[in-house]
Amino acid sequence: MNGSLHLWLIPLLPFAGFLFNGLLGRRLPKALVTAVALLTPLAAFGVVLNAALGFFGIGPGLGSLPYVETCPIGWINLDTLHVDFSFVLDQLSLVMLLVVTGVGFLIHVYSVGYMSHEEGYGRYFSFLNLFLFFMTVLVLAGNALVMFVGWEGVGLASYLLIGFYFQKTSAADAGKKAFIVNRIGDFGFLIGMFLLLANFGTLTFSTISQQLAANPGWQGGILTVIALCMLLGATGKSAQLPLYIWLPDAMEGPTPVSALIHAATMVTAGVYMIARTHVLFDHSAFALSVVAVVGAATALFAATIGLVQNDIKRVLAYSTISQIGYMFLGCGVAAYSAAIFHLFTHAFFKALLFLAAGSVIHAIGGEQDLRKMGGLWRKLPVTFAVTTVGVLAIAGFFPFAGFFSKDAILYAAFLQGGSGKALWFVGLVTALLTSFYMFRLWYLTFLGKARSEVVHPHSTPWSMLAPLVILALLSVCGGWVGIEHFATFLAPSVGTRPTEAGSAHLELILSIVAVGVALLGWFVADLLYRQKPTRPAELATALPGSYKLLANKYYVDEFYGATVVKPLLATSTYFLGWVVDKAMLGGAAWLLGGIATFAGALLQRWQSGNIRSYAAWLAAGAAAVLLFIVVPWPTVLASLSAIHFGVAGH
Amino acid sequence: MNSLLSQEIPISWYLLLSAVLFSLGVIGFLIKRNLITVFMSIELMLNAVNLSFVAFAHQWHAVKGQIFVFFVMMVAAAEAAVGLAIIIAVFRARATLAVDRIDLMKL
Repeated sequence: MNGSLHLWLIPLLPFAGFLFNGLLGRRLPKALVTAVALLTPLAAFGVVLNAALGFFGIGPGLGSLPYVETCPIGWINLDTLHVDFSFVLDQLSLVMLLVVTGVGFLIHVYSVGYMSHEEGYGRYFSFLNLFLFFMTVLVLAGNALVMFVGWEGVGLASYLLIGFYFQKTSAADAGKKAFIVNRIGDFGFLIGMFLLLANFGTLTFSTISQQLAANPGWQGGILTVIALCMLLGATGKSAQLPLYIWLPDAMEGPTPVSALIHAATMVTAGVYMIARTHVLFDHSAFALSVVAVVGAATALFAATIGLVQNDIKRVLAYSTISQIGYMFLGCGVAAYSAAIFHLFTHAFFKALLFLAAGSVIHAIGGEQDLRKMGGLWRKLPVTFAVTTVGVLAIAGFFPFAGFFSKDAILYAAFLQGGSGKALWFVGLVTALLTSFYMFRLWYLTFLGKARSEVVHPHSTPWSMLAPLVILALLSVCGGWVGIEHFATFLAPSVGTRPTEAGSAHLELILSIVAVGVALLGWFVADLLYRQKPTRPAELATALPGSYKLLANKYYVDEFYGATVVKPLLATSTYFLGWVVDKAMLGGAAWLLGGIATFAGALLQRWQSGNIRSYAAWLAAGAAAVLLFIVVPWPTVLASLSAIHFGVAGH
Repeated sequence: MNSLLSQEIPISWYLLLSAVLFSLGVIGFLIKRNLITVFMSIELMLNAVNLSFVAFAHQWHAVKGQIFVFFVMMVAAAEAAVGLAIIIAVFRARATLAVDRIDLMKL
């Protein structure tokens, strides 16, 4: 099996698609662009699938993974630093690759229908392929530096695609916001990498694991610092507190992009990174608890904001932030396999929900405001059906995918002792809120009376329907594999949790509680949005303070604007702009220019145009040369000094 | 006769005369306003140099210096022809030969 996997094909195929469509896409017929854009991810998925089937074909022979592929030409070879282009296929990257290339391919197919009437068709697909290239590099990376290349690259692709409608100021600004906020996280990642290098002498994940395994007593200290730096990077990319602010704005991009990059794959890279470097977190209880608290806090925080948003994509964006918070919570209680399991199922149902939202938006001509939808189930029956599946899955109803993974995380949190109970409770409240706002979206979009005339209900092409149906199926059965099998499968990559004092009995009770909470959320949404549609407005006027707080997203953007952006802008304008640029640099330039001008003004008098003055200077020069040659200067000077000393001697 | 012929004039006298003539040429070039006088000053300088060439040639019994004098005279003749033509052209155009008024190239 090994030796013929050709992992390098997985990223390079989409990259070839990027080059082709990026360079030639504008001049070629649409059909060819579509073919290249679809076939390269499909081929990459085929390579992944081939690897996966080979792995399962041998049965439980787990020894054949991890499989490492290294570029024969090294990358960086210094005395103290050796970095190779190495790709690692293990259980963790295999799962992630299946999600990235599989869901990625489906979203490419969907995009063909969604983007068919748009400007920049080739550009769109070249960027989408570029994203897949960098994402697969990130996932396959065998060391932190290669991962960083992918990490930055997906940020670039994200920036390009958020700002796809670059004529729109808001889209261009959202792209910049995403990029700049991610820089803060990337700074943490970089510092973490430097510290890894300083303390381990290598960036290769497997070597770091071995060094830590050989030294089990090494706890906390610098490891906590490294882990927290990595966590900062993860919060940036995965839109967690305090760096989540870019994700809601990122919804300015085309909807399939939101589904692929800002829901299913890229934003979960932080979770993947934590799972990849889990040995560091395992050696630092403090860092782990910070991960758990960040995750739980983000989950609750984003869910509360999601309650009152009116833009269908923004509701989904906040739910994404909240769900990734769950994954962080899972990582924080060292239940990495549960977190990856949730990542896995979340990729299906969140991509599904976004694509369904996209097909709603597409059908009613670009409207995204929930208040102007309603009653769409009759016009969009397939979309309605798949959205229902997605909503049930994200709310955590049995037997949909979300139930299993969310349950696994909550169960793992519950077993984490006293603080774990608090985390579990926060997770439970979040589940209630999640269920509520998802059913709110469902009611407002599809049920009730139509609140605006649909001008031209587009028919949805098959290329959009097929991915929806496939993702809906996956959202139903994606969780059936069960956390036990999943955890056993992932154990060689992410380790197993220490034995838990849990029992099947307890797990059953917790699941029933979780489903009950989800039902409660549904019930409240039903009460507010189906039975008495006027009640939400009444509620908002009854609690103006809290409603305003939520509708304005806790004023976090305003807070960052006042504390970070404004001082930064003021420093740039007044200090850097005026003092440094205008006064110091400009002043220096003016000074040099002034000296040259002044000297020129003096010297130009020389060039009088008067022949006799030139001749006089010529004569004077000749006289000076003559004087210099003829007069025996050494003798003269010697005699002069002799006179001087002679005088001094007296 | 014999004594007069055998008693040669020392070379330094020639050179002194040459230097005096050259300096007079330079001074004339610098202080005269009339273009023709300036032109004559240049001729004077050339001939001062010629004098020193011939004196040295005689001193060292080398013919090169005398040949060089012919070259200089030839060039001076050509220069006189061209220079006088220019002077006539300038006079026709400007109706003056004062050098400090022929200063169109001044900034």
